[in-house]
Amino acid sequence: MNQRKLTFHIFRYNPEAANEKPRTQTYVVNEEMGMTLFIALNKIREEQDPTLKFDFVCRAGICGSCGMLINGTPTLACKTLTKQLPDTITLMPLPVFKLLGDLSVDTGTWFRNVSLQTESWIHTDKVFDPDAPEERMSNEKALQIYEAERCIECGCCIGGCATANIKPNFIGAAGVNRVARFMIDPRDERDEQQYFDIVGSEDGIFGCIGLMACDDNCPIGIPLQGQLAYVRRKMAMAGWKR
Amino acid sequence: MSRYDLFSSDIVIVGAGLAGERAAVEAASQGLNVILLSLVPPRRSHSSAAQGGMQASLGNSAMGKGDSPDIHFADTVKGSDWGCDQDVARLFAETAPIAVRQMAHWGIPWNRVVPGTRMYDGKEIHEDPEKEGLITARNFGGTAKWRTCYTADGSGHTLLYTMDSVVIKLGITVHDRTEALSLIHDGERCYGVVARCLRTGALRVYTAKSTVIATGGYGRLYGASTNAVINEGSGMFVALETGRVPLGNMEAVQFHPTGIVPSWILITEGARGDGGYLLDKNGHRFMPDYEPNKKELASRDVVSRRIIQHIRKGYGVDSPYGPHVWLDIRHLGAQHINTNLREIANISRNFAGIDPVRDLIPVRPTQHYSMGGIRTNIDGMAYGMEGLFALGEAACWDMHGFNRLGGNSLAETIVAGMIIGKKISGYTREAPLNVSSSLIEEHVRMQEDRIQSLIHCRNGKENVYELRREMEQTLSENVGIFRTEEALQKAVAKLHELHQRSHYVGLRSGGQRANPELASALRITGMIKLAYCIAAGALARKESRGSHFREDYPKRDDENWLTRTLAYWPVGADQPELKYEPVKITELPPGDRGYGEASMDAVGAKR
Repeated sequence: MNQRKLTFHIFRYNPEAANEKPRTQTYVVNEEMGMTLFIALNKIREEQDPTLKFDFVCRAGICGSCGMLINGTPTLACKTLTKQLPDTITLMPLPVFKLLGDLSVDTGTWFRNVSLQTESWIHTDKVFDPDAPEERMSNEKALQIYEAERCIECGCCIGGCATANIKPNFIGAAGVNRVARFMIDPRDERDEQQYFDIVGSEDGIFGCIGLMACDDNCPIGIPLQGQLAYVRRKMAMAGWKR
Repeated sequence: MSRYDLFSSDIVIVGAGLAGERAAVEAASQGLNVILLSLVPPRRSHSSAAQGGMQASLGNSAMGKGDSPDIHFADTVKGSDWGCDQDVARLFAETAPIAVRQMAHWGIPWNRVVPGTRMYDGKEIHEDPEKEGLITARNFGGTAKWRTCYTADGSGHTLLYTMDSVVIKLGITVHDRTEALSLIHDGERCYGVVARCLRTGALRVYTAKSTVIATGGYGRLYGASTNAVINEGSGMFVALETGRVPLGNMEAVQFHPTGIVPSWILITEGARGDGGYLLDKNGHRFMPDYEPNKKELASRDVVSRRIIQHIRKGYGVDSPYGPHVWLDIRHLGAQHINTNLREIANISRNFAGIDPVRDLIPVRPTQHYSMGGIRTNIDGMAYGMEGLFALGEAACWDMHGFNRLGGNSLAETIVAGMIIGKKISGYTREAPLNVSSSLIEEHVRMQEDRIQSLIHCRNGKENVYELRREMEQTLSENVGIFRTEEALQKAVAKLHELHQRSHYVGLRSGGQRANPELASALRITGMIKLAYCIAAGALARKESRGSHFREDYPKRDDENWLTRTLAYWPVGADQPELKYEPVKITELPPGDRGYGEASMDAVGAKR
C-alpha cells in the first residue's frame, strides 16, 4: 500500500492565555493501516507537540468525549478512520460549547445544565420498597426507552444546529430526545402540561427550525427526526388544550 | 490572591463513575454535604462502557429459575478461586437484588421477561408467562444460573446515566476535569486531597471529614487494554504513596477473552452469553474440547488461557497484530445482533471494518479488569488510614479474589455504593474536621515543587511518553496471562529502572496552565509504582490462582497461598514491600471450581 502523508490543520487557541490569538497549526503524519483520528492525534501530541489539547476517554465510540468538526462535519474523532478522509484534514472544536483549549470543549457543563433545565430524572411519588418485587414493564417498552436513552451526549447534534448556534438556552435535539425518553417512560408521572412548562417554548421544542442537521450528524444513529416530531406533536396538542 | 482555591465538605469523593456516584447519592440523601471530583464529565466515566450487565439473583428468567443469593455467593467464591473474603461476598450477593430493583425504580430500562419459546445453543427455552414483564437475565461465564440483568448491550451506559440523573436531582456538587494529585494526611488520618484543575492547571485543596477513592481500574498500565484512556490508576497510587495504605492482590489482573483486534476495544461477554462461539483458523469451535460443560462460558481467566493455549498449538489466525481467534455470532441473526448486540455490531463496523451479521470478529484476550486495589475492610475503610475509604474497581473490598465474574463489577459498584455509602455517612456524622493549615500548606508545597521541577527540567529531561511506552511493554510482555519466574524477574528489574528514571522527567512543552504533558508527567511515577506492585506480587506468588497463572507453579497451593498480597510503598523507598494476610473463609471451604483446571495441560503447549 502506498503510504500517504496526512496534513492536519488544527485549530489552536487557549482562552486562558490572555495574549495568545486563535490560529491554525499544521502537522504532518504518516498514515498507518487502520489509523483513526484517536491514533493520529495522540501521535502528534507524543511526537510533535505535547501542548495540543483534545479529549478522548473510551476511544470506542461509547462515551461521547471526542466530538469535533472534521473537515467541517461534527462527528466523533475516535471512530473516524483516516482512510475515509482526504490527505488534508482540518480539525476544529465543536461550536456552541465553551472552548477549553484547542479541540477541547466543555460539553459536560452544557449537558448538565440541559438536564437541570428539562428535569431529566424520573418524577414519581412512589417510594422504593426494598422488600417488594419490581414493577412490571413490557420488554417492548423497555427497549423503546433504551432507544432514546442511547444518546451519548457527544454534542455533535448541537454543534451542527443553526438554532443552538444563535440561541444560548436552546436545548437542541439531544435535549429534546432526553425529554422524549422520560415522556415515554411509564415510571415518570409528569403530565402533558408539566412537560409543556419544560419544553413548550422557544428554548425547547418550538425553537427547532427543522433543518435536521442533528439527524444527519448523530454518530450513533438515534432517529432524532422522529423524536423531534414526537415531542413537537405532543406539545402542540398540550398547547392547544391550555 | 491565594495560591489555591480551598473547598470544604463533609465528604469528598474522587471519581464520579457508578461507585462514586452511588456512594454520593447515599450520603447526600442522608443530608451530608458531598463534593464529587472527576477527571471527565461524570457521564463519560468508564462505567458507561460496560455492555454486558449486572448480576443479581432475581430468578425471573427460565434459566434463572431457583436462583438465590446462596448460589450467587457460591459462584462468586468459586469464580474468585477462593481468593475472596467470604463475608464480603455474602453481603454482596444478599444486597444485589435490592440494588437492581432500586435502579429499576430510578429509571433503568432493564430488559424484561417475554413469555414464549426460543432456541439457545441447541436447547429449547420456555419463559414462564407468570413472570412476564419482570427483569430478565442473560447467561454469563462461571455462573450456575442465568443471573446477569441487562439493557441490551448498553447496561453500563443506562446505569451511569440514571445514577447521574439522581446525582443531578439531589443537587450534588460535581467538579469535573479535576484530578487528585495527593492525599492530605498526617500518617494516621486523611483530611482530603490536593487536586489540579484540568481546565486551568491551578491547584486546589479539598478538605473533608471523609475522603473516598472511586477512580476505577488501572488498565492503561498495559498498552493493550479494553479500558478507557483515563483508567490510569491514579486513585490507587495516591493512596499507595501515603506509605501507610496497602494495595491488595495487585498481581490479580483479569484478561477479557474477547478484545477486538487491533484496537483492543471490548466485545462484551454478552456475545458469548447470547450464544456466540469461538472458532480457530480452521473454523473449528475449540472451547468444547477443553471445557466440555461450560464451553465458551467458563470463567474469564479460563477462557482467556484456553484461547492462548490453542493459539500456542498453532491454531491461531495470523495477522499483522499477532495471532488471534474468531468470535462467531452470525447464527444469532441480523435482528438479534442489531438490537441486543448493537454496540458489538457498531464496534465491529467502525473499528474493524466488518459486519458481524456476515463476518467473523477477530478477537484476542486483552487486559480488562483489576481485581486488586486499595485494600479495605468490609466497611470500605482503607487499611492503615482513618477517614479514607475506597470502593469499586479502585478497591480490593474483596469479593473478586483472583478472578471476577462477568456482571459482578457493575453489581459491585452499585452494591458497594449502597453499603459503603451508608458506612461512610455514619462515620462522617461522628467525625471531627480539624485539619491544621500547616499540614495543608506542606502538602500543597510538595505538589508545587514537583510541578516546578517538571516545568524547569530541574532533575533531567526524561521523556514521559517514552517511559510510559516502556512500562506498557514490560507489563504486556512479561506479566500477562501465562507467567514465569524468568519473565517476572525481567519485569521487576525493568520496572525498578523505570521507577528511578521517572524521577528525572522534564517537560518539553513548558507545562503552563492546563498542559496535558504535565498531567501525564505528574502521573508517571505513580503508574510505574502500580506496575511494580503487580510484577513483584506475581513474582512472589509461587502458585496459580484465578487469573494469576504461573507456568512453573501451575497448581493452586492452598497450604501456602490461601492469602492476600498486601503491597506497601514506604515513603522514599525504591521498591514495594510485600506482606500477606489470610483470606476469610466463612462458609465454603476451598474446592474444585468445576471448570478450568485441567488448565494444567496448558503448560505442555509452549509458545
